[in-house]
Amino acid sequence: MLLSKDGHQRRWNTKKIFSTLITWTIALLWAVPVFWALVASFRPASEPMGRGDVWFGTMLTLDNYIKAWSLAPFDLYFLNTVIIVSMILGVQLITITLAGFAFAHYDFRGRKILLFIILLQLMIPTTALLVPNFSTIRFLNLYDTRLAIAIPYFGSAFGAFLMRQAFLEVPHDLVDAGTIDGASWWQLLRHIYLPPTIPVLVAFGISSVAWHWNEFLWPLIITKSDAARPLTAGLVRFTQLGEIGAQWSLLSAATLLVAAPLFIAFLVFQRRFIESFVHSGLK
Amino acid sequence: MQRSQTRKSSLPYLLILPTLFFVAIFTIWPTINSFYMSFFRQRLNLARFRDPTFVGIENFANLFSDPRFIQVLKNTIIYVLGTVPLAIFLAFLFAFLVNQRIRGVGLSRLSFFHPSILPMVSAATIWMFFLTPDYGIFNEALNFLGYRGPQNWTANPDLALISIMIVALWKNAGYYMIFYLAGMQNLPTEVFEAATLDGASTWQKLRYVTFPLLRGTTLFITTIAIIGAFQTVDQIFVLTQGGPSGASTTLLYYLWQVRFEFQDVGKASAITVVLIVLLLLFTVTNFVLSERGED
Repeated sequence: MLLSKDGHQRRWNTKKIFSTLITWTIALLWAVPVFWALVASFRPASEPMGRGDVWFGTMLTLDNYIKAWSLAPFDLYFLNTVIIVSMILGVQLITITLAGFAFAHYDFRGRKILLFIILLQLMIPTTALLVPNFSTIRFLNLYDTRLAIAIPYFGSAFGAFLMRQAFLEVPHDLVDAGTIDGASWWQLLRHIYLPPTIPVLVAFGISSVAWHWNEFLWPLIITKSDAARPLTAGLVRFTQLGEIGAQWSLLSAATLLVAAPLFIAFLVFQRRFIESFVHSGLK
Repeated sequence: MQRSQTRKSSLPYLLILPTLFFVAIFTIWPTINSFYMSFFRQRLNLARFRDPTFVGIENFANLFSDPRFIQVLKNTIIYVLGTVPLAIFLAFLFAFLVNQRIRGVGLSRLSFFHPSILPMVSAATIWMFFLTPDYGIFNEALNFLGYRGPQNWTANPDLALISIMIVALWKNAGYYMIFYLAGMQNLPTEVFEAATLDGASTWQKLRYVTFPLLRGTTLFITTIAIIGAFQTVDQIFVLTQGGPSGASTTLLYYLWQVRFEFQDVGKASAITVVLIVLLLLFTVTNFVLSERGED
């Protein structure tokens, strides 16, 4: 750029200012909904928000959050979501590591057909199978429990495949050295395969948590009481409560309560989140 | 490629067993079961139909002669064709915008991406206010731009489906953006330098260099966007409940309705089969397309 003539330089600058303004304008528009909800959630109920005058008011307050919390057991919903999400992640990390290791390390009869059977889960998403899975949960006597929400996700074809690919990248020499030293399968996995692939597990973990934190339809049909209901299903129930009506400040507060923990984690670990989403496009 | 040759050991099978077990119970078995049950009549809310009776292809015959189901299929196609290409276009645009060397790129990327972190039900609840007649901000903005049409987005038969599409678009465009962004950052810079030397404009570079080179990314996004579109129903529960009179009912919402409101297991199984076949059709088509692209 230093070499370009003055005229060229100026034109280039105008262009840059123009594209900066366009980017900022679109970005600003895209942020309006959440920003609006954030402002609305701190506005007192006594100042009605007709004609969208949410931006200008006399004071800010936490009342909406307190009231939302008192109208529905959000602490219980929160606990349920955390338990469900941790349960899924905990089991998944074990199942995908073991399966990924088997497919990457061993040569055995039926390897290809077994991998294909597992990968069917990518083609037929669990969401589409809610009707027969509902019957299965009923049959297992798990209806209206947190386990019922989590259990269909304990085996992850995507995760197993992801770990297989990651393990295949581990240098041959290391594995051979370990084998010659007489390492057991567990020692090979623990000391040779796992250390370089931890970032892949972390990436999978983040997208698993984000996906299941936000899931709604399956928890909705498989629960009937607050004891098992997660945040998403709780929020929809809350919006349909008779006494809520069109109290937008209150609704905004409840909406943000549900999204906040994940959202804050995202703001703190933004790069990690985005990377993990890129690496696990298929949920 | 494979490391160890323990042909006779049962260990690898044991390691796969947990994954296989859950896939068998919650993917393979329900798929088979749906096909099987779709040939039976079973309605849980009518005592005489409570036990399954074999009826052959009656469920499918009924479905495809039911104007309601045809409307549901039409809505689903409109939803998919309306959201997927537009979301991909926006994703590409956003990725291009935040891939520039300008100020505020980090914040802009955050702004485009943040809706994908929200639960869909939260996003829909926020949009519920935006779409409110008279004082919703979306309507105010449209008014400002000269729009004089109907404002009751979620209750108007012509607008209900569009309103659930708007929410999906707002939420998903930034998610697809990150794949384009990753793709753009991996493109070889020499190509662009060569194009610049040849006097190509920004638009020409995007149209004739970036977009063709990211063909694989576009195909990948198309696949996940279509499969995602078939599974998106959360905002329907919040905004329209499928109404008015079915105007915003898509396949998965209808499936929920038939099974849990009408208690019709046979019909719901038949719809599940239709859904599975459609999903497989899209996945296989995309697979074939991407294989051809690599030759």
